Amino acid sequence: MYRYDEFDLAFVQQRVAQFRGQVERRLAGELSEDEFKPLRLMNGLYLQLHAYMLRVAVPYGTLSSKQMRRLARIARDYDHGYGHFTTRQNIQYNWPKLAEVPDLLAELAEVEMHAIQTSGNCIRNVTADHFAGASADEIEDPRIYAEIIRQWSSLHPEFSFLPRKFKIAVTGAPNDRAAVRFHDIGLQIRRNEAGDVGFEVIVGGGQGRTPVIGVTIRKFLPKAHLLSYLEAILRVYNQLGRRDNLYKARIKILVQQTGAEVFTRLVDEEWAELKDGALTLPAEEIERIETYFAPPAFETLPANSPAFEARRFEDRDFARWVRSNVSAHKADGYAIVSISLKPEGGAPGDATAEQMEVVADLAEAYSFDEILISHEQNLVLPHVKLSDLPAVWDKLVQHELATPNIGLVSDMIACPGLDYCNLANARSIPVAQRISQRFSDLNRQHEIGDLKIKISGCINACGHHHVGHIGILGVDKKGEEFYQITLGGSADENAAIGKIVGPAFSYDAVVDAIDSIVDTYLGLRQDNEKFNDTYARVGITPFKEKLYAAA
Amino acid sequence: MPLLKDGQVVDDPWANLPEPSEAEGQSAGETAIDVDLIVTLEQWRNGREALLKRNGRLGLRLRSDQPPAEIVDDLEHFDLIALEFPKFSDGRAYSYARLLRERHGFKGELRAVGNILRDQLFFMLRCGFDSFEIAGQDATTAWREAIAEMGVWYQPTGDGRLPSGVLGGAFGRSRAVAAE
Ligand code: SF4
Repeated sequence: MYRYDEFDLAFVQQRVAQFRGQVERRLAGELSEDEFKPLRLMNGLYLQLHAYMLRVAVPYGTLSSKQMRRLARIARDYDHGYGHFTTRQNIQYNWPKLAEVPDLLAELAEVEMHAIQTSGNCIRNVTADHFAGASADEIEDPRIYAEIIRQWSSLHPEFSFLPRKFKIAVTGAPNDRAAVRFHDIGLQIRRNEAGDVGFEVIVGGGQGRTPVIGVTIRKFLPKAHLLSYLEAILRVYNQLGRRDNLYKARIKILVQQTGAEVFTRLVDEEWAELKDGALTLPAEEIERIETYFAPPAFETLPANSPAFEARRFEDRDFARWVRSNVSAHKADGYAIVSISLKPEGGAPGDATAEQMEVVADLAEAYSFDEILISHEQNLVLPHVKLSDLPAVWDKLVQHELATPNIGLVSDMIACPGLDYCNLANARSIPVAQRISQRFSDLNRQHEIGDLKIKISGCINACGHHHVGHIGILGVDKKGEEFYQITLGGSADENAAIGKIVGPAFSYDAVVDAIDSIVDTYLGLRQDNEKFNDTYARVGITPFKEKLYAAA
Repeated sequence: MPLLKDGQVVDDPWANLPEPSEAEGQSAGETAIDVDLIVTLEQWRNGREALLKRNGRLGLRLRSDQPPAEIVDDLEHFDLIALEFPKFSDGRAYSYARLLRERHGFKGELRAVGNILRDQLFFMLRCGFDSFEIAGQDATTAWREAIAEMGVWYQPTGDGRLPSGVLGGAFGRSRAVAAE
């Protein structure tokens, strides 16, 4: 895992000191809220419906046990005893007091963490595959490059006042778990015919009110040129991105309006000037960062573990959890464990301080001290021995962390919605809670299989509804909460944007509607067909007919 | 508005050429011939000949929607370029500044004008600006604090400061931290 060097440390400590001064000026009345706003946003501090909210960056979603314990302590000391893991691999605290925020940031800095660039029109925290370093399908660990990008993008003097926020995601595997086609820039690590490793560069994807699938503007970018190429893209965007309309300011609109070809040419022209200059990555530096992410010392183990198999055979609950929450690891005898933060009736992504500590202990004991946060708002123990799975599970069960629903109906993404967010049209979390209660029969969930439901409280799409197999969008109809449903979206390598199925449903009716869609799917699916495959085969009509039959 | 240069508030030797509507009938050729004059892009285009005949130095003021690419061939005529920040959040001029310095080799004074916050001074400095019109009581203190708050950076720009991290090489990792 990456460890701060003395400069990284000085860098975050200086930012804490700077913000402490700014908060003091604000509390003393020397700064108005208007003047303070851009400063607090630089430090991830938002003003929400009821209170301030602090968003803490978790670079590429990777945490050590020590860091997780600190996040737990902060949840206890500065919040109401819990934290909220977000779709951008961050953690948010919903109740910090302004006067205490500098202390909170100082506590974060002690464990090499901060809240810089988690808001504002800058390059945000870089995200990566949540199975990074563990999955069998990975070409290289994407976090090496996410870390390099983190450094380059931290308080970039030229790109801190972009037309709009800017999100970069990196994946090292062909199975895209980082949604690279839905980011301002997505980087997919590829191996070319000569056997060299580099990046496919995808630009202009995004969700929000104008969902767009990103386009590839370079099929293969050699590693050495990563930063010069990114700088070229950002420089074109910084100059030409629209600044007159908030909703047209993202790079996706620029790419659409100039056309992908012209945009690519502009980037290439800029890159021609920057290439081979000061931004060229020396091979030794890439290697130096690589060593931080070197695989841990895996034991040589047989591919199977008798203890694990025995438990799986005799304990159906354990077996069911293994089926949904345990994934194949690249090393024999190891597995990737996903810890669901979507218990029945819970708020997706919430974890109590105690739960965070349990996960920290488990990581320390069983997963080489490493924890990952997924953009689906779950936690991951990336390197667990098969033979340790029973012990891990037992502990998770005790702390209500063993919900066997990863990838299933109740593993929903939901934005904060009307309960917290001042832009919301409708509640999201209660809808998620009611759906999880409706599908509370876990055996039924397993029978339904992989199905992604995503819920946003307004068109800003923080709940990623466009890319849900089933998407739910809160809309306002004459002051009442209604929900529009879309079908067929996907954020992975088969990127697709969902289509609206028909008129919106009321708060009371929306759960029945989801039930009806699932029923239609189960009635029509052939063999083990996935939801989107059935949908692609039969089209939207059968779903529609059943949904609106009664009306 | 106070003008900040090299960390000090200084007198501004430059004058802006008034728009014709403000100073009726006055054209570039008629302003005192040896005054250092800042003109807009439009004034430059319309009065180029007359302006070039003057003795005083010439400066150019560009709006944030006027990329310097438009005047690259004329750069030799200007001793100063002022780049506007109509709102602090309009960050186009950061790119313009770097392009002027690093690509087009502009060596004259590069001035930041408009809505400039204390907390942006260091970014501007790193992009190649060397003078700043900044509102507020105590610009020198603002400057000193803003510069002291930033002792570590990761990006190489044209200002010659070597960065930390992957782009700083061995030097970046061994140098003393400036702010400490
Ligand atoms: S989607 Fe809308 S309601 Fe939900 S968090 Fe984003 S802005 Fe708020």
